[in-house]
Amino acid sequence: MSVQLRLKDDWFEVCDRAQLQPGRGIAALLPDGRQAALFIDREGRAYAIDNRDPFTGAAVLSRGLLGAAGGRTFVASPLLKQRFDLETGRCLDDDSVTVETHTVRLA
Amino acid sequence: MPTDTPRHSAHDNTIVLVGHGMVGQRFLEAIAARGLTATHRVVVLCEEPRPAYDRVQLTSYFSGRTPDELSLTDPEFIEQHGIELYVGDPAESVDREAKTVTARSGQTFAYDTLVLATGSFPFVPPVPGKDITGCFVYRTIEDLLAIEEYAKTYAKTGAVVGGGLLGLEAAGALRGLGLDTHVVEFAPRLMPVQVDEGGGAALLRTITGMGLTVHTGVGTQEIIGTQGAVSGMKLSDGQELATDLVVFSAGVRPRDQLARDCGLTVGERGGITVDEQCRTSDPAVYAIGECALASDGRVYGLVAPGYEMAETVAGSIAAEESSFTGADLSTKLKLLGVDVASFGDAHGATPDCLDVVYSDSRSGTYKKLVIGAGGELLGGVLVGDAEAYGVLRPLTGSVPPVSPEQLVLPAGAGAPVAIGPSSLPDSAVICSCHNVTKGTIRGAVTEHSCTTVPEVKKCTKAGTGCGSCVKVLGQLVNDELEASGVEVDKGLCGCFGQTRQELYEIVHTLRITSYRQLLDTHGREAARGTEGCETCKPTVGSIIASLAPTIGADGYVLEGEQAALQDTNDHFLANLQKNGSYSVVPRIPGGEITPDKLIVIGEVARDFGLYTKITGGQRIDMFGARVEQLPLIWTRLVDAGFESGHAYGKSLRTVKSCVGQTWCRYGVQDSVRMAIDLELRYRGLRSPHKLKSAVSGCARECAEAQSKDFGVIATSSGWNLYVGGNGGATPRHADLLAQDLSDAELVRLIDRFLMFYIRTADRLERTSTWLERIEGSLDHVRDVVVHDSLGLCDELEALMADHVAHYRDEWSETINDPERLARFVSFVNAPDVPDPTVSFVPERDQIKPDLPLLTIGSRPRDLEGAASR
Ligand SMILES: Cc1cc2nc3c(=O)[nH]c(=O)nc-3n(C[C@H](O)[C@H](O)[C@H](O)COP(=O)(O)OP(=O)(O)OC[C@H]3O[C@@H](n4cnc5c(N)ncnc54)[C@H](O)[C@@H]3O)c2cc1C
Ligand code: SF4
Ligand code: FES
Repeated sequence: MSVQLRLKDDWFEVCDRAQLQPGRGIAALLPDGRQAALFIDREGRAYAIDNRDPFTGAAVLSRGLLGAAGGRTFVASPLLKQRFDLETGRCLDDDSVTVETHTVRLA
Repeated sequence: MPTDTPRHSAHDNTIVLVGHGMVGQRFLEAIAARGLTATHRVVVLCEEPRPAYDRVQLTSYFSGRTPDELSLTDPEFIEQHGIELYVGDPAESVDREAKTVTARSGQTFAYDTLVLATGSFPFVPPVPGKDITGCFVYRTIEDLLAIEEYAKTYAKTGAVVGGGLLGLEAAGALRGLGLDTHVVEFAPRLMPVQVDEGGGAALLRTITGMGLTVHTGVGTQEIIGTQGAVSGMKLSDGQELATDLVVFSAGVRPRDQLARDCGLTVGERGGITVDEQCRTSDPAVYAIGECALASDGRVYGLVAPGYEMAETVAGSIAAEESSFTGADLSTKLKLLGVDVASFGDAHGATPDCLDVVYSDSRSGTYKKLVIGAGGELLGGVLVGDAEAYGVLRPLTGSVPPVSPEQLVLPAGAGAPVAIGPSSLPDSAVICSCHNVTKGTIRGAVTEHSCTTVPEVKKCTKAGTGCGSCVKVLGQLVNDELEASGVEVDKGLCGCFGQTRQELYEIVHTLRITSYRQLLDTHGREAARGTEGCETCKPTVGSIIASLAPTIGADGYVLEGEQAALQDTNDHFLANLQKNGSYSVVPRIPGGEITPDKLIVIGEVARDFGLYTKITGGQRIDMFGARVEQLPLIWTRLVDAGFESGHAYGKSLRTVKSCVGQTWCRYGVQDSVRMAIDLELRYRGLRSPHKLKSAVSGCARECAEAQSKDFGVIATSSGWNLYVGGNGGATPRHADLLAQDLSDAELVRLIDRFLMFYIRTADRLERTSTWLERIEGSLDHVRDVVVHDSLGLCDELEALMADHVAHYRDEWSETINDPERLARFVSFVNAPDVPDPTVSFVPERDQIKPDLPLLTIGSRPRDLEGAASR
């Protein structure tokens, strides 16, 4: 089984499902040079958001820790610890900040 | 968002507001709150191309806040209250006879009440060349966009004229844009208005330490241009400074031209003269905010007094009794990494007042309190450690409950400072931005049943301005909840109701080796089966690692599920730096190293292009490694006999030593050997926070053992053991635990001490805070670890024996296992591609992170959006 990201109209294959460990993110390089951070939670749901931490500019969100708040899964930036909802990309600590999200599937 | 058909008829009263800045917006909120928007037509003329935004947080634009995110204006609010807002259309003239205002667009509005909130403009000294391309001011979002654009295209060096609050903020921003930055201040010290001479000296050290160049006591004489653009400036001492960009931040002046032109009274030095109701010389016209010359003869350059004026005017339109008679000038600098605050009578201008000063130039700390003749606190200056600001500011005007010395001494020196917000009177203003008293905050809890800080913030507005009061606010809310019988949750986080210590006991007794198992069996009901959170994951990860050999967990922190629990640095077994690169620190036990090994470190650093720096812990830090380089670097290091230095872990860092008896004329014991023994014994020990240690060969204490978590000093008959010391931001002298110990006794005591600490400390609690927090403090710890009062010592020693027996080097385990190695890539789908956002530029013959690339390069889309709005 592979992990795929939706880019425009195509599915972009990132890696093998086995390379994604629950709770520990990985980064992928997209064809246009941008980066995505991919995660899988303990239920096996996969998520993908932009890898860039908007508060510092560094491409590190894939290295953050996962957590849950109010039934939603988030990642906490490893640099300054702001949390981002993995489904919507919204920052839970600053309403006005959002990171981009990608549709992801296991196929 | 003007409504096409105003919903008020012509005979309704009309309020016209000129200026939609911070104070103008607050005025709109204040009249809306009083229901005045329903009875009045409200017209707003806004000069800037965007509605009101948070000017106080302007600089946060450079750390990624977009102009949209800075906005203070909710379109829904404007619409809902039928406010007619004309953006980009300033008022050009006022006819007070006819009671009309004419805007640049040619529209004319009749008013019954006119409110001027035109703010200030930056003062630019009249020096030749001040208008050349490359000269800027720092006031609006447009100014920042222009500075950013120019800096990234044309500039390598920047100079800020003015070393005040705003000047330093601007200088910090230029530095963040990657410019070599100079600050030129005419006064003999930085922030002359807020801090005194001693504070200025401490501030200077900190600012210089951040890499800024400061020129004080000199004026700017001329801006020099080459081919029409800035190339340098001439200073009053004859010096010439090469610079590509100049930002003027030499103070602000009230924008009172509109008022002057229509014949309103203005002050001799500017500012629209107003009375206690903020009424100008024409009773139909008010002036508020930075453009007003208040009844106490001052023009206020801060937002809090402006907000008070806005409330005053709204109150007086609503026929309430209200007045503005003056305000406090307390401020805290919002510059990353610099702690500066001043409040009340910071300069000691009150007759017969006295100073209490604490100054430590080593740590760049300076604290001064001004005390009145009756013992009351009048004001103060805090530089380097402004922790106490939140409590001291509200105490201003009253006699503090403890002696002033105790308020300025660092924790650990002298008596403990038992002053918290509970000692403040109800009338004390906790949040000066929104003028919220302690009584109001307590009321929010007791009467409005708020139970969390965010609820209290929403209810009272406290803490929603500059943010400097939030910490005290949190303590107050907790105190109040506790007092009103609400049980305050001491749990670790939203997932666990237990403290770290309780979780340690559970993991230990039940031998739980998995985080999920612990969460699903002992977590709060709602958290069971969930993902957990970023607080408890690393905490439980650390407990499991500390106890690994005893409970039968894998000792390798990246094994299985444990890999997903490790925080920032442990994630890749290296220290994450600001641009996403890592630093590498091999262990150098006791700071002793052979020339051959030194050469290996040099060669590795050279071959991988790393920045090297000697650390305070007597070893060498190599910066700038990309994830995928870490295994290659460590293969070389492990081959040469190095092992992980655990600089990334919450674990033992180093045991420093002086050369001791072997070489030193004064030495009485072999401090190097002891340091090496201790470092090798406790290496890799995971703990609630990092652990540092040192061994000195005699009482001269060259290794600074008394500033360590555990420090050892040689005596002629053995060793003295000190515990609970700390350096850094909150220095604390270690306490003597036991004297004249033999080698074996020393090691046994340290074993017990460390294990007792690991067992009972909170998450991220250093030994210094732990020692002060736990009941009975040092005496209790001595009873437990020296006199075995709890009968725990055998167990503590056994735990340490397990640790020592099972220690393995994490890095050799990593490089010898292909599966583990596979993790160390920047991109899972392109393992050979280095992360292009991690890049470097040269500085002083080495590399440094290329930060402009981070703030600008990778954010082009935001920027375009911003500029076109
Ligand atoms: C970088 C920076 C950092 C700061 N940090 C702090 C801080 O930490 N703490 C603090 O208390 N204060 C701080 N301040 C000061 C604070 O921003 C001001 O005190 C506050 O903005 C004053 O509000 P105001 O509404 O009076 O003026 P402004 O916010 O300047 O608003 C006035 C508005 O009126 C407009 N205007 C002027 N003339 C006309 C006209 N004829 N027609 C229509 N519109 C007009 C202007 O364009 C402007 O938009 C800082 C300021 C800056 C620039
Ligand atoms: S502490 Fe004593 S033994 Fe060690 S270097 Fe200093 S003087 Fe010499
Ligand atoms: S003092 Fe500024 S937000 Fe409270």
